[in-house]
Amino acid sequence: MPARPEFNAARADAQPEGDLLNVALSGDWKMTRPRPAWQTVLGSRNPERIRLSVDDVGQWDSSLLLFLFDAQQWCRVTGAYCDTDALPEKLRTLLAQIATSHETSVPFDRSENFFIAVGMATQDALEKIRVMFQFVGDCVIGAWRLVKKPKKFRWTDCLQEMQQCGAMALPIVSLVSFLVGVTLAYTGALVLRQYGGDIYVADLIGLAMVREMGAVMTGVVLAGRTGAAFAATLGNMKANEEIDALETLGISPVSFLVLPRLLALGVMLPLLALYSNALGILGGMAVSYGILSISPPAYWVETISAITLTDVLAGVIKAVMFGLLVGLAGCLRGLQAERSASGVGQAATSAVVTAILLIIIADAIFAVAFNILGI
Amino acid sequence: MPVSDSTFAIQATGLECGYENKVVLKNLTFSVGRGEVFFIIGGSGCGKSTLLRNLIGIQTPMAGTVEFFGQPFTDRDPAARRELLKTFGVLYQGGALWSSLTLRQNVSLPLEEYTPLSRREIEEIATLKLAQVGLTGFEDYYPSEISGGMKKRAGLARALALDPAIVFLDEPSAGLDPITSRRLDDLVLQIRDMFGTTIVVVSHELASIFGIADRLIMLDRAEKGIIAEGKPRELAQSSRDPRVTEFLHRGDLPPPPK
Repeated sequence: MPARPEFNAARADAQPEGDLLNVALSGDWKMTRPRPAWQTVLGSRNPERIRLSVDDVGQWDSSLLLFLFDAQQWCRVTGAYCDTDALPEKLRTLLAQIATSHETSVPFDRSENFFIAVGMATQDALEKIRVMFQFVGDCVIGAWRLVKKPKKFRWTDCLQEMQQCGAMALPIVSLVSFLVGVTLAYTGALVLRQYGGDIYVADLIGLAMVREMGAVMTGVVLAGRTGAAFAATLGNMKANEEIDALETLGISPVSFLVLPRLLALGVMLPLLALYSNALGILGGMAVSYGILSISPPAYWVETISAITLTDVLAGVIKAVMFGLLVGLAGCLRGLQAERSASGVGQAATSAVVTAILLIIIADAIFAVAFNILGI
Repeated sequence: MPVSDSTFAIQATGLECGYENKVVLKNLTFSVGRGEVFFIIGGSGCGKSTLLRNLIGIQTPMAGTVEFFGQPFTDRDPAARRELLKTFGVLYQGGALWSSLTLRQNVSLPLEEYTPLSRREIEEIATLKLAQVGLTGFEDYYPSEISGGMKKRAGLARALALDPAIVFLDEPSAGLDPITSRRLDDLVLQIRDMFGTTIVVVSHELASIFGIADRLIMLDRAEKGIIAEGKPRELAQSSRDPRVTEFLHRGDLPPPPK
């Protein structure tokens, strides 16, 4: 049914003959063109019998079928007789098909009772928590096995991941940390200047970077950069049945895929956090020199008098924890991904959200714990 | 050979296809008659799918032209191409259904885009098309909720939505069991007989080739072109090219023709 230049408009002529209405269709009936509607052709008439003929129809497609089906449906509703004997066999077969599909198609109700939906969501949340704990347990068991047999560990994979999540993340961590230092300096200067305590900007930035911001900012950056990548990689492997292939060989995906990544993040995140601390302090130093006229040596002396090794260690401990959390969230979401391209995308998004959430919760717990311990 | 070009549904002349500087197929000239079930066959990696992509305009040929019903396609302006594209239906290998839409919405989308039909009429046609491919009762399912074979059938229903003049099928039988595959073949024939649709199939399924193909061309990787053209049974029995007979006899070389 190619588009031809000569195109005759679709026509439907109704000729009454007593209680019979002869409907003769002609012209080209194409879905992409306008066509007469059954109700318009019928007008206010109310015939007892209808005879449909298509002898002068040129090109046609489902458009013609729809018109004939409308006529047939009208007859069914009003109880009139629909004479289709003049129609070609092909059209009658199609009409029978459309009538059957019209009757047998039942809309699929996806709506849910509110209470059922809440119940399902609660069950789902509990199941997610259970799976998360089980995954942590699997990781601990896997790690214990590897301690006993360190040669089984995938050292090469681990080193590659370290390079990916450590060295390759330096530029973005540098930029973010430097700017955090700059922002903190401006904010601190606003208050401290009023009391003539400009020099204490160094204490503020030093403590904030070393105890909090260094670890948290690096954790957040790596959650977006590395956690999402872990989830996407593992999700893709799941979609490709690579994870199934490992399991059928009796190799634990946790030992093979998850532990090298966890170790890589657990080692690299504290290193990056230390680097971030230094860059943050540098950012603060630059702003203090620029707007508060504090010389860099004075700033430095004030900084090292404010922070202790305990502060630095508190930050490092947090960073190790955040590294493990980002790795766990990324790998867990990757292994849980649905076996499709959209599943991989959702896993990556979910990994970032989970990782950032876990980082904030863990940070709050650390704050309370350090306070109790007097660190 | 028919006298007038417009008696052909598709006419490819001197077609050269490839990627960047690598030529996969060169100097392809063939035509497909109206209402013909035409197969493009060949071993893996011979460029069957590449040829299909060049025919339907996803890829631009490196040289040569493609005409549909006597109208040029390759170098046309976008508006004219769009007009011609409306007369095509394509079934992609995996079905290529839009995952965020139900099957009914998948089939309805081309109708919403290109026809002045009302919502009710569009739904009626979508339901009919899905019924024709045997998917009654699955209209409101999402693609992720149905099997691979069903996805393919739904893909075919979508390809047929606008009652196209030409339907291209890329490996329709791949990954399907023999019975489903046979039903799909029967469906293809039914569509051709009912609407006079021209059907172009890329496949290497011998059962389909011998079952429904009117004519075929066979591509070859080394030759980078067509090594055989004709009716499948005639080629299997009388071709003098061992590559053709071996392929059509599933690797067993038949005795040379007397």
